[in-house]
Amino acid sequence: MEKIGRFGDFGGQYVPETVMNAVSELQEAYERYRNDPQFLAELRELYRNYAFRPSLMYYARKMTEDLGGAKIYIKREDLNHTGSHKINNALGQVLLAKYMGKKRIIAETGAGQHGVATATICAYFDMECEVYMGREDMERQALNVYRMELLGAKVTGVDSGTATLKDAINEAMRDWATNIETTFYCIGSVMGPHPYPIMVRDFQKIIGEEAKAQLMEKEGKLPDCVVACVGGGSNAMGIFYDFIPDKSVRLVGAEAAGRGIDTDQHAATISKGEKGIFHGMKSVFLQNEEGQIAPVFSISAGLDYPGIGPEHAYLHETGRADYVAITDEEAVQAFEYLSKTEGIIPAVESAHAVAAARKIAPTMRPDQILLINLSGRGDKDVQQIARYRGVNIDG
Amino acid sequence: MANRLDTKFEELKQTGKKALVTYIVAGDGGYALTEEAILAMEQAGVDIIEIGVPFSDPIAEGTIIQQASQRALQGGTTLKGVFEMVERLRKKTDMPLLLMLYANSIYRTGTDKFFDRCREVGIDGVIVPDLPFEEHDEFKEDSERNGVYNISLVTPTSHGRIAKIAASAKGFLYCVSSTGVTGMRDTFSTNFEEFFGEIKKSARIPCFVGFGIRSGAAAKTMGSYCDGVIVGSAVVSRVGEFGEKAVPEITAFCKELRQGLDG
Repeated sequence: MEKIGRFGDFGGQYVPETVMNAVSELQEAYERYRNDPQFLAELRELYRNYAFRPSLMYYARKMTEDLGGAKIYIKREDLNHTGSHKINNALGQVLLAKYMGKKRIIAETGAGQHGVATATICAYFDMECEVYMGREDMERQALNVYRMELLGAKVTGVDSGTATLKDAINEAMRDWATNIETTFYCIGSVMGPHPYPIMVRDFQKIIGEEAKAQLMEKEGKLPDCVVACVGGGSNAMGIFYDFIPDKSVRLVGAEAAGRGIDTDQHAATISKGEKGIFHGMKSVFLQNEEGQIAPVFSISAGLDYPGIGPEHAYLHETGRADYVAITDEEAVQAFEYLSKTEGIIPAVESAHAVAAARKIAPTMRPDQILLINLSGRGDKDVQQIARYRGVNIDG
Repeated sequence: MANRLDTKFEELKQTGKKALVTYIVAGDGGYALTEEAILAMEQAGVDIIEIGVPFSDPIAEGTIIQQASQRALQGGTTLKGVFEMVERLRKKTDMPLLLMLYANSIYRTGTDKFFDRCREVGIDGVIVPDLPFEEHDEFKEDSERNGVYNISLVTPTSHGRIAKIAASAKGFLYCVSSTGVTGMRDTFSTNFEEFFGEIKKSARIPCFVGFGIRSGAAAKTMGSYCDGVIVGSAVVSRVGEFGEKAVPEITAFCKELRQGLDG
């Protein structure tokens, strides 16, 4: 039997039988619409007039001068409607759900950005929306919880396990298995069973396609290095994908090292994980020697996940992309650095990419280009960063 | 050696009885309690037992088994320990024993090593809730080499896939009564005549129904559609509720199920 939805050995469809038919149905629907002119035209229209794409390509002059190496460009996904790249995928999936005749959308969310994006599109399309969120994340990202509710979504707290992103996914999968005939599960990252990793990447690859065209226009050449943060890995796949055939472009993913990869409080899957099967896919996971999934830790709720999308596992295994681990402290410093240097407050997730860029840029030549994917804006994180720094802004 | 499941099916055929299959989470309340409960269930008329290996993230389970898994893991249950428990049990019983566990527990152990160990300790089959028909090849070679059945599941949402799953299934076919996760249910919305009609067209092995059965009466009704019933959460909840005093409760419950099935 030919293996479908695989990246080398990674990927697959490791889901309970109850949802397998829905996965097959989704696979067929996606095959039908991914090249359908009407679907694509409608999606392009939404990208343009609802998400406000293309996102800007910004030359970070002060950062370039300060770091004294490569010329630094920033892809401004933070300027999209709802404040992050997550809108690209949510638009694609909810539109697909509409084409499939589904009326109810469920989603999981970590930092809340995917939940907000999904709730937004559901408001726009008049669809019922329920978002699962770990109780701990609800506390860290209270602002986004309120945003989702404001948009008409129901936010359901998840107390099981570690009460973070992975547990929200477990609970969303259980809901899906229960309400399988009516419900579309809008997964927020390039993970889960086939076709999700491919589909989410396809809805995000516009980031890289735009970036390539924008840099060709501004600089007349490709970047030498592209940096993005990686939790499940959707913004990274989005900006990497169009550059994969361009072997001269170094691709770097920044994962969350939390309190350090030599502690047990991190979420650095590629650095410390092992191959495994979980959440519908064969990929790399943080786990113990018996395959129990490890609790993870990061200041960033969006990167606080013990796995990584299967295509990243493949890019790592084949050496096409490199993955570096960034600690909470480095990320917070980068958060402050970009705010003060360029007047841009990044999401704490994206700050991991900025931190990696601060290390890489000085090792490059001035005629080289380093491109950072700024996946989201940081308003949601200000309170938490203040707390991290011991500043009381709760009033 | 013949697989104990086949021996059991032969015996059930002779006696004309339906199979009673129960599930218990290994190590919930300690290995000793699990062992005692398993032997007591056999005495109470249970034919086959599924031993649940606790997993950190049991996505196919309802609250009762999630919490039991959590308790078992906190109590230090490991796959290694479960295998040792089965080794001890094998000195006292020859009934078919299966492991129900998530794909990662097998994969991380090493598929070949895992199934070798199954044969060594006397495990007759495995049920992997996150391994659908499409991915069965993952463990096929190593399970078959060791004579361990990898049990297939069909659900009311399997639709057009029922025929191909049923036709290639080994051991017995696990028929899931309804959509959703494991747990006790008051009512079922599935049209069982239709569901089992479809299954029986292709299945050449015994078909057992599970998910949601909580009483002797339910066992009787559900058992009438097929060759046996599988009861999990209703057993596990008694371990949760009665702790070290659970064995008499479980025994009484299994007798009720047995009577329901036989009556």
